[in-house]
Amino acid sequence: MVNENLVDNIVSEPYKYGFVTEIESEKISKGINEDIVRLISSKKNEPEYLLNFRLNAFKKWKELQEPDWADLGYEKIDYQDIIYYSAPKQKDKIKSLDEVDPKLLETFDKLGIPLTEQKRLTNVAVDAVFDSVSIATTFKEQLAEHGVIFCSISEAIKDHSDLIEKYLGSVIPASDNYFAALNSAVFSDGSFVYIPKNVTCPMDLSSYFRINSGDSGQFERTLIIAEAGSSVSYLEGCTAPMFDTNTLHAAVVELIALDDASIKYSTVQNWYAGNEQGVGGIFNFVTKRGKCIGKRSKISWSQVETGSAITWKYPSCILIGEESIGEFYSVALTNNLQQADTGTKMIHIGPKTKSTIVSKGISAGHSSNSYRGLVKIGSQAKGARNYSQCDSMLIGDQAAANTFPYIQSQQPNSEVEHEASTCRISEDQLFYLQSRGIEFEEAVSMMVSGFCRDVFNQLPMEFAAEADKLLSLKLEGSVG
Amino acid sequence: MESKKEIKQPLLEISDLFASTENLTILKGVNIKINSGEIHAIMGRNGCGKSTLSKIIAGHPSYEITSGRIELCGNDIEPLEPEERAQSGIFLGFQYPIEIPGVSNLEFLRVATNARRKFLKKDELDIFEFEDLVKEKLDIVKMDSAFLSRSINQGFSGGEKKRNEILQMALLEPKIAILDETDSGLDIDALRIVASGIKKIANEQSSIILITHYQRLLEEIQPDFVHVMADGKIIKTGDSTLALELEKNGYEWTDEFINKN
Repeated sequence: MVNENLVDNIVSEPYKYGFVTEIESEKISKGINEDIVRLISSKKNEPEYLLNFRLNAFKKWKELQEPDWADLGYEKIDYQDIIYYSAPKQKDKIKSLDEVDPKLLETFDKLGIPLTEQKRLTNVAVDAVFDSVSIATTFKEQLAEHGVIFCSISEAIKDHSDLIEKYLGSVIPASDNYFAALNSAVFSDGSFVYIPKNVTCPMDLSSYFRINSGDSGQFERTLIIAEAGSSVSYLEGCTAPMFDTNTLHAAVVELIALDDASIKYSTVQNWYAGNEQGVGGIFNFVTKRGKCIGKRSKISWSQVETGSAITWKYPSCILIGEESIGEFYSVALTNNLQQADTGTKMIHIGPKTKSTIVSKGISAGHSSNSYRGLVKIGSQAKGARNYSQCDSMLIGDQAAANTFPYIQSQQPNSEVEHEASTCRISEDQLFYLQSRGIEFEEAVSMMVSGFCRDVFNQLPMEFAAEADKLLSLKLEGSVG
Repeated sequence: MESKKEIKQPLLEISDLFASTENLTILKGVNIKINSGEIHAIMGRNGCGKSTLSKIIAGHPSYEITSGRIELCGNDIEPLEPEERAQSGIFLGFQYPIEIPGVSNLEFLRVATNARRKFLKKDELDIFEFEDLVKEKLDIVKMDSAFLSRSINQGFSGGEKKRNEILQMALLEPKIAILDETDSGLDIDALRIVASGIKKIANEQSSIILITHYQRLLEEIQPDFVHVMADGKIIKTGDSTLALELEKNGYEWTDEFINKN
């Protein structure tokens, strides 16, 4: 049909964050071995406990196998062909933003994340990470007045080693999986958040990750600790330039919520996805997990995944505390030859724990989009409940959508509900909207955002608007 | 009288229209002329091409015009996209309005109304102005405002879907509304509500084409002209008495007519 081609056309919006910043970088030589791990640690002047953490992880990594169970196809990654540390050259100790290379500030300006005091976002504190290092963190002092610690993880390793030693790797041990082990061995920077007892973080916190260099991997690490009775909303955004080679991104995010604490973690992932022929793009292998240790604690993941050539990502919750709550709200859009295998794990350990999963997959072009989720109810989780809803939307007739739900229950006194649906944007639906005067592109984007509404409602307001815009952009373009 | 008619420019004029889908010719030379303010009925058996004609006027992409013309106010509409046709005042009330999950009815109605207003160079309505307007129009079809917060047609009964179509017609104020079997699947009360809604919206500047099988709707809305369609052509045109005749004698004679020609 005529319109099928039109749909194909409008889902191929050019990537607007694909520029490269010309900046001198300090890079180490390609490849990975024990010396490289030691070199990264020494470049960062790390205490010995962290070097040991890294070396131990490296040992585990060598023993592990790269997972191949996901519904993904890609050429084998050559781990000796990657640069594991790359940092823009600048002065060692930066006291204020005035000393940051203007090119870096300009880069973040261009990405819509101004960092300078005059221009910075007024209601969100930002940690800006460029390749392997954190460039700047805004509103640090104001947050400190409330006892909130928000800084790069490198700083935290030096200044808050008690917290790091206690919690780093406590949710995702180095031996957890291949990519987590690699990250634990070579992670270069990332964000650290600590919310003290009974403090509601006065503003949203956010990290913005920018990959600039084409041949180096990005391995950031985020750790968020919410003490009893505290709460925080955290946002994460990411973009990368267009290169015709694949760049590996293997991040680890650990969340810890104590009694009555709540953490809301939202991601808008827009890494470069490769071109229409599937050349280039980020390989995104990410391990994200939260531990609800405390009673009535709550961890909520929401994600809008639009970028990357490959996405392998399962933000999960371990529900230990009685009546703790885990949530996962996800929109994953794939187009062209993108592949996504994403979902969640909800591990119910404590009694009366609850989890909600809402996943919306949209596949266009020749892409493939899989939801993979595990709901596990342990023997002690009496009265646990889960509700899962997994919907897929197909655009055109070349895209694929899969749902792989796994349910394991060892507790008869628990409830697990799973609903799934697949739909296709039909020509008749489009014609209906068009026949009321609504432009074709707008009709498609109305239907896509309608499909995603349940998830967008969970995002912080500005983020929801951005996500909606991002999806429209991806679905907009060259209708003649 | 004669001179007055000549000044009147036809609103919609279809001349010698041939159209096909998937290499199958469905319309085989349709001619029809509709002036402002007129109500026309097109009747005929299933498969005679009535619904196809309505979809072609609205610009459905599955059909192709192979020859002939459709003119709205003297302009050929063939190059126009469906949305442009709608903006310029063509409205199709669907026989089976489709469900669109997730898209709020209110939002949809507002975007559609503003698209039409933009074309007419009127100011677009904000959410509050639109809510005032839509509440006024809801009365016409006796709909509850709860309909607005639901997804488009989702979970609506047959009658609710048809009333939602007439609500859209009331908001868009088209020049010409083609109502494809709006009466099918309605009980007598719903039929009256729909018919009285159509009558309230109809005016001197706009025209209506009613596509129907039955006399019932035409008892409520009296047409100026009745056309009988068979095998992709209009084979007979008359006044409202023709509909009564059809009700009495059925459509069998149309088969004979086709066989003879």
